[in-house]
Amino acid sequence: MTPHADRPSGGAVTPSRQKQHLLPNLFRTTAFKLTAVYLVVFALFAGVLLGYVAWNAKRLLDDQIRSTIDAEIQGLAEQQRLGGIRRLVNVIERRSGAPGASLYLVTTPVGERIAGNVEALPPGTLDRPGETEIEYARSSDTLDKPGRAIVRIFMLPGGFRLLVGRDVEERERLGIVIRRAAAWSLLLVFVLGCLASWFVARRVLKRIDDMTGTAQSIMDGDLKGRLAISGTGDELDRLALNLNAMLDRIGELMAGMQQVSDNIAHDLKTPLTRLRNRAEEALRTAATPDELRAALDGSIDEADNLIRVFNALLMIARLETGRIQDSMDVLDLSEIVSGMAELYEPLAEEAGLSLVTDVAPGLRVQGNRELIGQALANLIDNALKYGQPAENGESVVTVAARQVDGEVQLSVADHGPGIPKQDRGRVLDRFVRLDASRSKPGFGLGLSLAAGVVRLHAGQLRLEDNMPGLRVVIALPAGDVDAIEPRLVETKPVDAASPSPLPASTGPANPAGLPSL
Amino acid sequence: MRLLIVEDDAEAAAYLTKAFREAGHVADHAGDGLEGYAMAEGGGYDVLVVDRMLPRLDGLSLIRSLREQKDATPALILSALAQVDDRVKGLRAGGDDYLPKPYAFSELLARVEVLARRRGAPASEPTTYRVGDLDLDRLAHRVTRGGTEILLQPREFRLLEYLMKHAGQVVTRTMLLENVWDYHFDPQTNVIDVHVSRLRAKVDKGFEHPMIHTIRGAGYMVRDTAR
Repeated sequence: MTPHADRPSGGAVTPSRQKQHLLPNLFRTTAFKLTAVYLVVFALFAGVLLGYVAWNAKRLLDDQIRSTIDAEIQGLAEQQRLGGIRRLVNVIERRSGAPGASLYLVTTPVGERIAGNVEALPPGTLDRPGETEIEYARSSDTLDKPGRAIVRIFMLPGGFRLLVGRDVEERERLGIVIRRAAAWSLLLVFVLGCLASWFVARRVLKRIDDMTGTAQSIMDGDLKGRLAISGTGDELDRLALNLNAMLDRIGELMAGMQQVSDNIAHDLKTPLTRLRNRAEEALRTAATPDELRAALDGSIDEADNLIRVFNALLMIARLETGRIQDSMDVLDLSEIVSGMAELYEPLAEEAGLSLVTDVAPGLRVQGNRELIGQALANLIDNALKYGQPAENGESVVTVAARQVDGEVQLSVADHGPGIPKQDRGRVLDRFVRLDASRSKPGFGLGLSLAAGVVRLHAGQLRLEDNMPGLRVVIALPAGDVDAIEPRLVETKPVDAASPSPLPASTGPANPAGLPSL
Repeated sequence: MRLLIVEDDAEAAAYLTKAFREAGHVADHAGDGLEGYAMAEGGGYDVLVVDRMLPRLDGLSLIRSLREQKDATPALILSALAQVDDRVKGLRAGGDDYLPKPYAFSELLARVEVLARRRGAPASEPTTYRVGDLDLDRLAHRVTRGGTEILLQPREFRLLEYLMKHAGQVVTRTMLLENVWDYHFDPQTNVIDVHVSRLRAKVDKGFEHPMIHTIRGAGYMVRDTAR
């Protein structure tokens, strides 16, 4: 995705500035920094490794040279023992003539050369018996090309001195080879490292820049835009997937907010108009204080209903933003269901229905007691309102709760007309009321609210056919049984700190029954 | 009863002050949190009615500061916030009751009167309540009227217990739902009325003077009308 050329220059980095600062950008990337660190570490490793090899090779060669010298000395000592200094000189003269790395020298006590293939030595060398490493010149060589050698010097009987040594040019050559290898490998590590760093940083940078570009265009209003996924499943892909999911969620929320405001505009205007008309009519026609009082009472009821709808809408919106996870607890669902059924039982009786409960004991879920209670109250209320059976049907509303595998299922079933299959998805939306129910009081928010509560609890709300009638099933993930605390099973004391999802009733007495949502 | 209204909206405050005075109470008004704190600290109030969002010192901090001074004057929090957790926050800060806006004055009045009464009440609740010839024994779970035992379901018993505990005071439907059923949502229908009428059928039927009275526009009250 290429960034827009006409992007406003405020805020984030503009494309032109990105290009200008490509190199500084590169130096600042994590990929570059990581590569630089690896580069230093590898160079260090390579240096240490080569140093170790060089040191060992030198030691090995030195040992070899020494043992060769030792062998020669033993041979020469044998010659001297057999034939005295004369024989020794003869042997040395013979050996000096042969090509090779071996060095020999025999001198008089004052240092004059008798025989050997060494021409020049650092002064005083012959006065120090034992092993030394020296610079020398061979008799056959020119004097300006000194070599290095390891030599051993002996005092022979009669003050004669014997020098036996070996040239170490081989060793020096090896040292040069190793040093050169070190230099080359360091250079190679550096060049390859730089290349790799540039490549990795460029690749990653490019994708991040693409992401930035997409984000920018989304901020500029292209809300449908999504980050590109390379398909390799790497960290950047995962990030992009998550960001896309976040964008989807934000889109949903925005659509939800849009829907809420549309609904409010549309569905609250009607009762507001009614309220206004009522007040106006009372002003115009009411003659007695009693009539005025009745009109005012009616207005207050109307206002209360408006407040209810408003609160329910706000609550649904809040449920959809999913911000109450903090107030979740392990709950005894059986207690809630039984309690709620008990609360509505007299109302059912008044409606000519019998409320039957079938609740398995000790069901646990993770949730908010107020919200689940509210959702259940809405479902029971709906069942009582719309669950009137047809002729000779069963006048029963069944509230059941049981555990099926890892799921706690809570259902409210009636034998009323039910909801046609094609309408089942729609009735969960706000303000949707089916034609058949338009004559009944209500605003069409009860099921939306219940659905919102269930979604917040990571559950499912399903509408099923009760043959005949409607069965609403709330399926919640079962809570951890071990985590339950005894106090949750008991009824809470008065004014327990249980949160309130909806404001307390604000209405005056309304013996006819308040219209429900 | 003397009460202090801490509310920054002058119109709302004037309405409340007037309404409480008409109900026969003495009501003072503070326009911001600091003034409210200073007046409350001076003492002498039976109940504080505190708006949650106040200039200079917010309502919750005001109550928290008072509680730190070991001042236990009952406080009712009024709030335009009705988030699920707001009630908990309010009560945790030391508030005794919580009423979201908009509210009916009858609801506020009933709650404030219950709070004021609670202050004067002894720490331990009595084991029996008696209103006229109606007796309720909390330990034996027994209710008699004029010596005749009335058999009640457990929930009906708790309903009557709460009404009798606040005999002579108005108890609203929400207060009943909160205290008898421990739910804080609006049931939307007349569930409470149906429960009360069932209870009434058991307690008042066949007697000359009713005990449970409907207070129009507010709620219910248990009161002896025989005398």
